[in-house]
Amino acid sequence: MAKLKDLIQKEPIMEGGHRMCLGCGAPIIVNLILRTSDAPVVLANATGCLEVASTIFPFTAWRAPWIHSAFENAAATASGIETMYRALRKKGKINKKINFVAFGGDGGTYDIGFQSLSGALERGHRFLYVCYDNGAYMNTGVQRSSSTPFGASTTTSPAGVVIQGKLQKRKDLTKIVVAHNIPYVAQASPHNWLDLTKKAEKAFSVDGPSFINVVSPCPPGWKSEAKDTIGLSKIAVDTCFWPLYEVENGKYTINYKPKEKLPIDAWLKPQGRFRHLFKPENAELLKQIQQDIDKEWEALQRLASL
Amino acid sequence: MGKLVALTGNIAVATAMRQINPDVCAAYPITPSTQVMEQFSEYVADGLVDTELIATESEHSAMSACIGAAAAGGRVMTATSSQGLALMWEMLYIAAGMRFPITLACVNRALSAPINIHGDHSDSMGARDSGWIQIYAENAQEAYDNQIQTVRIAEHMDVRLPVMSCMDGFITSHAIDSLELLDDKTVRDFAGEYKATHPLLDVEHPVTYGALDLQDYFMEHKRAQAEAMKNSRKVILDVAREYKKLSGRGFEYFEEYYMDDAEIAIVILSSAAGTVKVVVDAMRAKGEKVGLLRPRVFRPFPYNELSDALSNVKAVAIMDRADSHGAEGGPLFMEFKSALYNNKKQPIMINKIFGLGGRDLMLPDIETVYRELRDIKNTGKIRTVSEYITVRGEEAAYGKA
Repeated sequence: MAKLKDLIQKEPIMEGGHRMCLGCGAPIIVNLILRTSDAPVVLANATGCLEVASTIFPFTAWRAPWIHSAFENAAATASGIETMYRALRKKGKINKKINFVAFGGDGGTYDIGFQSLSGALERGHRFLYVCYDNGAYMNTGVQRSSSTPFGASTTTSPAGVVIQGKLQKRKDLTKIVVAHNIPYVAQASPHNWLDLTKKAEKAFSVDGPSFINVVSPCPPGWKSEAKDTIGLSKIAVDTCFWPLYEVENGKYTINYKPKEKLPIDAWLKPQGRFRHLFKPENAELLKQIQQDIDKEWEALQRLASL
Repeated sequence: MGKLVALTGNIAVATAMRQINPDVCAAYPITPSTQVMEQFSEYVADGLVDTELIATESEHSAMSACIGAAAAGGRVMTATSSQGLALMWEMLYIAAGMRFPITLACVNRALSAPINIHGDHSDSMGARDSGWIQIYAENAQEAYDNQIQTVRIAEHMDVRLPVMSCMDGFITSHAIDSLELLDDKTVRDFAGEYKATHPLLDVEHPVTYGALDLQDYFMEHKRAQAEAMKNSRKVILDVAREYKKLSGRGFEYFEEYYMDDAEIAIVILSSAAGTVKVVVDAMRAKGEKVGLLRPRVFRPFPYNELSDALSNVKAVAIMDRADSHGAEGGPLFMEFKSALYNNKKQPIMINKIFGLGGRDLMLPDIETVYRELRDIKNTGKIRTVSEYITVRGEEAAYGKA
């Protein structure tokens, strides 16, 4: 198990000086995960905030080998790298262990990169895919994705006079990944560094694909305060909007059960993207959101009891 | 010197790939190129190659995996056709822009719609601006020979660009042809050892690939890419000459057939050239000064050499197995017109669009084109600059005839 003291003494692989926003969850997630790797890492990155803001020729924030080629193909790209590693290892041209990590936002993972991810998981490449899920296409200006929560106002699902934000519920990608029967799948949050790094350690230890979906607050997209990023990711977990759980070889474990489950309002209220839901005429929508969360939390507990 | 065998074009290409023994192949099945990867998969299953195979879930992922594998630091190959190439489109530009020497066997097939599985050049012609070197083969022998040469061209340090080696779907890919193979060691020695530059797997020397590149650097990088394409002209010739020494076979930028004293000529790519040669032979036997020019290298377009080769001809028909809708003719026609624009001596040029979706081009069709060229040579008059040939009237479009 990683000790915080040891983790912070490691040089960060994503160096400071990049242009990610104040309060962005992604760099915190990236560095926590990469610091736990027991071997050198090679990284593939989907197009998105993390890619755009971490490199601008001739500068780079990456202290490890890193490649970005397109939006929808981080998993396919990682599968090519990992396969070349096996090819060269077989020929004795490379000997050391290397861990392979792909990063994508929810747009590059839930939507446009969904097929590429599914294909790479099915093929069984030894790599960790990390989705930093901020719930919309933040890099292009907050457009809705299939991860955007019900009711959220985005630039392509704006809260208007007759429509109150996104009308559809979010896709449960973590469970879809579980259905690929890969060795390790988890949901995590940057506020719980111990849980997140334990999960990264487990992911790096399996001989096959692993996937960690991490909630990643985005102040410009969530219309939240930068100082609230860690707090909001904690509330996401305490309201059970984002339960912390893992699935090891098909076995579900809930890693954290809030002593007192907070009402979802506690998470929605500090975020401007949900402001319209608190108009008196939208009380029903809020009720529906709470009901959905309760139902999903119960379903998850049932899965974990199997 | 070589071994004479009877193989389809696809198996010939798969054989060349086996002899080269690349590190990684990533591909997705699509007619008519499927057989290349099927055959190659058997080589992998039987341990005849060391290659790691990635059977991806789409061509987009196939090219993405090729890019990842090439960046990781090894020799990478793939094969595709038609819609598969179209699905790769985004990644074709990226492979070229990132300067990865990936080689791709493109078995030419029409692009939908209407859906059609047979050969024309709309797939690779559509990709002509993607930054890939493109080489076209007339037959299985040439497809084999070209495939072997692609790795040397792509991996040359003055080039480092991806290469697409094209042959006609079904006509070449599926017909059994006799051809001569080089022995495995000769091919392996010719291909040589792959030298990775800045591989991702060199974790001691981390590099960043695919950084955001804005107004202050983007043009310099694109020009460097354009220079590499220019550099490939010499490399293509050098490799072709070296290969000829080894095999006794092959052409450089193009093949000339009775062009020395030709007054009229047809320019045509790939397998249809074989049919044109039969007509040229027959007409030459009657004393007619007809010729054929078959480009082998389309990208980079050898404009000086090709325009010189046509400068003494009076009238020429550029025959395209692809259209560029809304342009004055097919892609080959446009290239030749612009190549000849600065020449003092210019033939009269017409364009024929033929063979779309695998429509046969028969001997009389070619004779008709030569007769039209003869009339143009004699009268100086053109009936029409560009037209479809071997095509029926409007009623056929409704399925009536």
